[in-house]
This record gives sequence, structure tokens and C-alpha cells, in this order.
Amino acid sequence: MKFRPLLYVVPLIISFALLAAEPRWQSLVEDGLHDPESPAIGVLQEPASALSLLPPDNSGNRVAWIRALREGYIEPRTNIYPETKIEVLDMDIVMEKTGELSMVMFPHKPHTEWLDCANCHDKIFVEKVDANPINMFAILSGEYCGQCHGAVAFPLTECNRCHSVPRSSFTGKPGVQPIPVSDQAPG
Amino acid sequence: MKIMPVSAIQSKRLSTRLLLILALAVMMPNVNAEYGDVVLNRISGANDMRPVIFPHWFHRIRFRCKVCHDELGFEMRAGANQINMGKIIDGQYCGMCHNGEIAWSVDECHLCHSGKPGLKTGIRGSNKTGGPGRW
Repeated sequence: MKFRPLLYVVPLIISFALLAAEPRWQSLVEDGLHDPESPAIGVLQEPASALSLLPPDNSGNRVAWIRALREGYIEPRTNIYPETKIEVLDMDIVMEKTGELSMVMFPHKPHTEWLDCANCHDKIFVEKVDANPINMFAILSGEYCGQCHGAVAFPLTECNRCHSVPRSSFTGKPGVQPIPVSDQAPG
Repeated sequence: MKIMPVSAIQSKRLSTRLLLILALAVMMPNVNAEYGDVVLNRISGANDMRPVIFPHWFHRIRFRCKVCHDELGFEMRAGANQINMGKIIDGQYCGMCHNGEIAWSVDECHLCHSGKPGLKTGIRGSNKTGGPGRW
């Protein structure tokens, strides 16, 4: 087969140029959702004015939300009702049934820093290791992890953030990990 | 019909594929809602109001997910909450904060009802996935 470099190079250059030209945060008037005629334009805060001040990331809102929280860039309220119990759980679970991909390490800590146990248990996940038939098809359809990841939490293009434990280097046992290692922020 | 050698067919397929990628890149609309933006238009349009645009990014700077999704009872599925202005004025859902004390009150209709008329309810700005999801 004849190698035609133009065929590869030109589309690549154009794609990169388009990507580079795309603003990180679209202005409200151009986001395709807000009505440019709406009197809210000019009153509502523009995403760039808030998000550009937070630790950067490459996907989703382009914000490393966990870092923003842990490093004090933002201090979102944990509750409105004074009697609401705040629980943060530091417990990692390694899920081994991931086919050829690296195993999934699920860290409870960053999740419970944002969410209440009841948001996931038992509505989305049964509170038992291996009891949930999680798979990527379901996740891509907005079930299980896909209720948030792909919608508001980091998107499903970030495979390695979840599939983070290579089988070759893992010497422990899958399931609940004896010592949590979730202190490093996954972003 | 002219029979092409295999390599020619492969090369043709490849160039078609590359052209398709280029076409997609060019056609990709330069309009991107912010990741996690929600359009709420269950009843707004029918009542001659613009759809509501709910920005997750703005709210999560100020509140953790659980405040709305646990304490205030918002289901984690766009369109699944039977919200109406009566409930909001009663202090339910958005009305817990949008009462003129914590955030602007219901008098400021247009600040929430700011979407383009005719938009469908759903999560937008999550274009990085493009899966078969039903967000």
C-alpha cells in the first residue's frame, strides 16, 4: 500500500488546531443552552471566571475537584440541616473482574467527601463486595458508576483513573484493602 | 464491475475513515455546554417559560453533592424530580436556598429560566463520553 503522508498529517493538524482553538470554558451566551436574548446573560456567573481559578484538569469541567476541595480552594457546605450526620469513610476496594484491563481501585474517601452513604447504598450499589454486576455497558448507559461519571464526575474517557491497579504489580488480595491508599487525589 | 486488488480496497477504506474523522472534527459544533449542565424543561416550555439551565459546576463550588442529592431529596437523574414552582415557593427542592436569603428568590424568574426555548430535559455538556447513555 502506498503511504500518503498528507492523508495522515493534514487531518491531524486540522484536528489539533481545532482542539487548541476551542476555549476551555464556553461563555454562557455561546454554550448552546442559554438563550442569548435572556436577561440572565451578563448577570449569571461565567464558568471561566470561577473555574479558571481552581486546580486544572484535562477533562470534564477541566477542574481537579478533589484537589480543589482538599487544598481548600473551595469549601462547599456539607449540610443544611444541623442534625445531618457527616461520614467520611476511608476504605479502598479492589475489583478484579475487569477482563484484560487493570483492576479497579474504588476509593471510598473522595466519594464520601462529596456524597452521603445513602446516595449509593443500596440504591445503586449493594453494600457487599462482588455483589454488584457492574460492567462497562451498564456504566456507559448511565447505571452504577455511570450515574455520575460521564455526567458530572470525571468522564468515562478517563479509563486509568479507575482501572489503576495492574495485575502484574498487585500482590495483595482483591476486595477490601487492609490499608487505604486513597489519600492521593484521583482528580 | 472492476475488481480492485485487496491493498487498494484497504487503502480506500483507510482514506474514507480518515476523511470521516476530519469531517467529524470540522462539523463538531463549537458550542459546548459546561460539563454537567442540566436542562430542565418538563413543564417550563408548556407554561411559556424558558427551560431552566442548572449548572452543576456553580453549585458544587458551594455545596457538596449530598446536600441536594441527600438532604433535599433530588434524584440523581435529570427529569426524575417532580419539581414545580409551588414546591419551590414552599421551600422544597431549589426553594431550600432560592428564597432570597441563601440565594436569589423565586421573583428572579429569568435567572433560572434562562435556556433556549424548546431544549429537551437532560444532562448536557457531558460530550466527552458520547456513549449510548440516557443522561
